[in-house]
Amino acid sequence: MKRQPIYGMLAEFDSAEHLMEACHATNKAGYKKIDAYSPFPIEGLAEAIGFHKNRVPLVVLLGGLFGGIGGYTMQYWMSAVDYPLNIGGRPLNSWPSFIVITFEMTILFAGLSAALGMLALNGLPMPYHPVFNVPRFALATKDRFFLIIFSSDPKYDKAGTRAFLTGLGPRSLTEVPS
Amino acid sequence: MADGSQYTVKTPPVIEPGHTFGTIGEKISAIVLTKPLSLGWIAGTLLMFGVLQMMLFAIGYLFVKGTGIWGVTIPIGWGFAIVNFVWWIGIGHAGTLISAILCLLRQSWRNSINRFAEAMTLFAVSCAGIFPLIHTGRPWLAYWLFPLPTTMGVWPQFRSPLLWDVFAVSTYGTISLVFWFVGLIPDLATLRDRAENPLARGIYGMLAMGWRGSARHWHRYETAYLLLAGLATPLVLSVHTVVSFDFAVGLVPGWHTTIFPPYFVAGAIYSGFAMVLMLAIPIRAIYGLEDFITDRHLQNSAKVMLATGLIVAYGYFIEAFMGWYGGDRYDAFTLWNRLHGPYKVSYWMLLLCNIVIPQVLWIRKLRTSPVWLFLISGVVLVGMWLERFIIVVVSLHRDFLTSSWGMYYPTKWDWMTYIGTLGQFLFLMFLFLRVLPAISIFEMRTLLPEAKAE
Repeated sequence: MKRQPIYGMLAEFDSAEHLMEACHATNKAGYKKIDAYSPFPIEGLAEAIGFHKNRVPLVVLLGGLFGGIGGYTMQYWMSAVDYPLNIGGRPLNSWPSFIVITFEMTILFAGLSAALGMLALNGLPMPYHPVFNVPRFALATKDRFFLIIFSSDPKYDKAGTRAFLTGLGPRSLTEVPS
Repeated sequence: MADGSQYTVKTPPVIEPGHTFGTIGEKISAIVLTKPLSLGWIAGTLLMFGVLQMMLFAIGYLFVKGTGIWGVTIPIGWGFAIVNFVWWIGIGHAGTLISAILCLLRQSWRNSINRFAEAMTLFAVSCAGIFPLIHTGRPWLAYWLFPLPTTMGVWPQFRSPLLWDVFAVSTYGTISLVFWFVGLIPDLATLRDRAENPLARGIYGMLAMGWRGSARHWHRYETAYLLLAGLATPLVLSVHTVVSFDFAVGLVPGWHTTIFPPYFVAGAIYSGFAMVLMLAIPIRAIYGLEDFITDRHLQNSAKVMLATGLIVAYGYFIEAFMGWYGGDRYDAFTLWNRLHGPYKVSYWMLLLCNIVIPQVLWIRKLRTSPVWLFLISGVVLVGMWLERFIIVVVSLHRDFLTSSWGMYYPTKWDWMTYIGTLGQFLFLMFLFLRVLPAISIFEMRTLLPEAKAE
């Protein structure tokens, strides 16, 4: 995809309530490629910007399955196949003693997948991002709330989008260079 | 109960009124970013650093001379190392309980204490991990515990509880670290945007990994955080269960009981909350965080301590009851030996510290007084240490054969190592307080009513 000189139009709001209303209005106006920034998670904001596809649970499930199956298989292979020890004819696949490590490996891999999967799906670490070019964006981790309409949105046009966002009553409005 | 009838007592708030999103971030990050270094902090850090050096010296000497410098003998082969290992691991449990279990139970009051409680977990696990490692006698071969392919062609013994413990503790340490770091990412971004010093900004910026608070990111973040909490919950319950298997699977009288797993877990949470209180009370006084760590937090922690303390008391009772009722002469002797043997003082002290004294927490006035809570928590920590001493040493020193009875006397090296880990723990805690936000900024913000939007 060709990089556009302008990344989007960023509007700043004072409250979570205001941001939520603005997101709903933007969605209604037909803008699809939008994002919102807030200093803390706001319930329902992801839905308001039209984000529904959350693959984190799937990643965690796969990680957990891998850890559990892998953990058991490892113990089985090492104790019953690669180096079997016959101790008084006791079964080599002594599954009750393998449960604890199987459980621990399940948790370990599921937990690591949760953290790393979340970061990977979020595209982090990302040292450079265009929104950081806006000096006021530093307030996004303090007490301000931001809405952006990306320039890749088919409905995006400089004058029209600016007029639309001004109508939402933001505290400031900036065009973000990429 | 200052204003009359107990029916009108108001629960103290989780966060004092008058705060905004900005002031929360300001107040918490100021401790890290703008507050000048106080003389007390410097002195405390240096002192604890010195105590840590004492431990390193003791361990260095141990590596030169071997475990003979310790008090461990046959029949008491486990000694201080295992006592301290179990004690430290137990302390860590409160951090995970606060961050994971209380998160799942939607106890939002936890938001102001989970960060430093998790840090406490990490530091406690780092102290705990030292002991079994040096107790192996040849720590440079510790990698044998992991299933690594070696030229010897053998694998670890997966049927041994000691190996289960290796997996349980290392998984616990890893997941605690991950959980803690994931929780820190948004706050690191806050620090990045607030820091004036370019070096600090650079370091926090790198650690924050470009977090910008996008709604998409928050959505995935919250899912991942909730799932981590859900995974950490069974994990934390499993860790001390597995630690108790180290004992319960053995045949030694005093160890071979089914009550061990639940009573170990309860004891772990008991001592962990005691440590949380011992840290929270001075921290909130010194850094003026009474707005965030309110009397409600102290009271709730005291209640958890009281409840888990009663479970522990039940455990002691059942152990004693089974010793008498079970009809096994060795179990009965273990009970007699605890009450009347050469280590009887530690057993009576244990009952006093863990069962009798904490009952004063039923009194509301003491439960809400920071000074009293601090003292009682100290008593509980001593009591829980004695519990492990009794389980390890008193059970081992007189088992089946009178000809192989013995006594255990810790040496100065044992004490230096143990006190040294206290230094390590507090040294790390001192550093943590001034380097990372001790209270979760973004989670505190969600407690404000303005954080909800329709």
